[in-house]
Amino acid sequence: MHVAVAPACNIQCNYCNRKYDCANESRPGVVSELHHPVQAVKKVLAVAATIPQMTVLGIAGPGDPLANPERTFETFRMLSEQAPDIKLCVSTNGLSLPEQVEQLSQYNIDHVTITINCVDPDVGAQIYPWIFWKNKRIKGREAAEILIAQQQKGLEMLVAKGILVKVNSVMIPGVNDKHLEEVSKIVKAKGAFLHNVMPLISEAEHGTFYGLTGQRGPTNEELQALQDACEGDMNMMRHCRQCRADAVGLLGEDRGSEFTMDKVEKMEINYPEAMKMRAEVHAAINEELESKRLAKESKVQVINIQGIKPKVKTRPALIAVATKGGGVINEHFGHAGEFLIYEASSEGVRFIGHRKTTPYCEGDISCGDGESVLDKTLKVLAGCEAVLCSKVGYEPWGPLEAAGIQPNGEHAMEPIEDAVLKVYEEMRVAGKLEAKVDEQQKVA
Amino acid sequence: MALEIIELCTNCWACEPLCPSKAIYEAKPHFMIDPDKCNECSGDFEDSQCASICPIEGAILNADGEAMNPPGSLTNIPLQKLAA
Repeated sequence: MHVAVAPACNIQCNYCNRKYDCANESRPGVVSELHHPVQAVKKVLAVAATIPQMTVLGIAGPGDPLANPERTFETFRMLSEQAPDIKLCVSTNGLSLPEQVEQLSQYNIDHVTITINCVDPDVGAQIYPWIFWKNKRIKGREAAEILIAQQQKGLEMLVAKGILVKVNSVMIPGVNDKHLEEVSKIVKAKGAFLHNVMPLISEAEHGTFYGLTGQRGPTNEELQALQDACEGDMNMMRHCRQCRADAVGLLGEDRGSEFTMDKVEKMEINYPEAMKMRAEVHAAINEELESKRLAKESKVQVINIQGIKPKVKTRPALIAVATKGGGVINEHFGHAGEFLIYEASSEGVRFIGHRKTTPYCEGDISCGDGESVLDKTLKVLAGCEAVLCSKVGYEPWGPLEAAGIQPNGEHAMEPIEDAVLKVYEEMRVAGKLEAKVDEQQKVA
Repeated sequence: MALEIIELCTNCWACEPLCPSKAIYEAKPHFMIDPDKCNECSGDFEDSQCASICPIEGAILNADGEAMNPPGSLTNIPLQKLAA
């Protein structure tokens, strides 16, 4: 979860508009309630006692946490004392990071996230209109130069202190999309452990520079291609859902409305008691993960021993999956608000990312909007050759097939990776994985 | 000689800790500047600190009632797009 204790910012980004605050919006930089550190701690304890799976508390805004050092560190100090079982993390634009590293290292910090969109000031000048630096507002290339130097210095200092650093980058087509491969190489060389490339969000109604000047965000395919290009050098994060600076809950499922300040004030929380219960829940989760891991290992061994599958080199294919979580295929096509995308190949299955859509059956009981919503989902699934769901209705079946995406409801409740492999194998047997190999070789 | 914060303010707190005269205070519905304390940072800084960090165009006015950061000056958004 995130708590919104840090309202001030010391830079302007072209994808951000500080005037915006709407509870229906889910994106970084947006919050509904700003909290003082004492309130924030109360809220964290309430959430941690109610949702024991919650393990990490982040401060991510709505401004820059390190431009609000008193509020950010006051929150961390109280949490370190009252809830030592919660890990802390913080995100920053990096401008004041070097001067805060020493203080950051005093707390139970799990990781620091720095948003690094460029290492070239000429690129930076197209992303950052100004920074506030040494009592002056500085604009243009000079501003970008200072910001970049501070980010890189902060990254080096954190790594030297042994603090984990994740790097976030916003992919802005035509501005930094080509450049981010270089960014990825540099931050990896300096010791960042994870790189999260996120798509630009630039709806005109958000009132940002990019939104109002028609700068587009990347397509799913463009984003995935860049993530793949960076992956050779760097551990890439694929599960980011670009949540709000006050998000609460599990990925893609915000439970913030259960924990508004007026509700939290009424809750009686005995945290030492809650901490015991949390420890039990965490132990059970670890046990389950461990047994899943062992089961997977033994299955791999069985396949190796049997050696039933001759290793045939087949081309990779993208397969979309509808799931509510738990690692199994358990979501109806029409109810899915997002699809997880897997790449299957003769090497195995890997998770590529998630793509959002509007659920086909949402809204109007008569499904009046169904057609246009289906068009959107077809676009979102572009490039995928199959979509696995617990069920697929009759209406979308035809259009999916026509778009080259095979609907498949035969693997309900099966573990995702097993089902993806089975479907890939069926495609191989049906000869669907050969035709395009020639095409690819021709291109190569 | 004093600056003024008007209703465009989004209460982001960026200016408050920077004021060398402690003239800025939290208020409803938005932050305010005590005109008796504000000297526009003269003698302390080259530029007025609040107006140098404020992210909202038009939220801080000078003694003549003009915007310290006029429309488009901070975001580079073209005026016709801002109006739309």
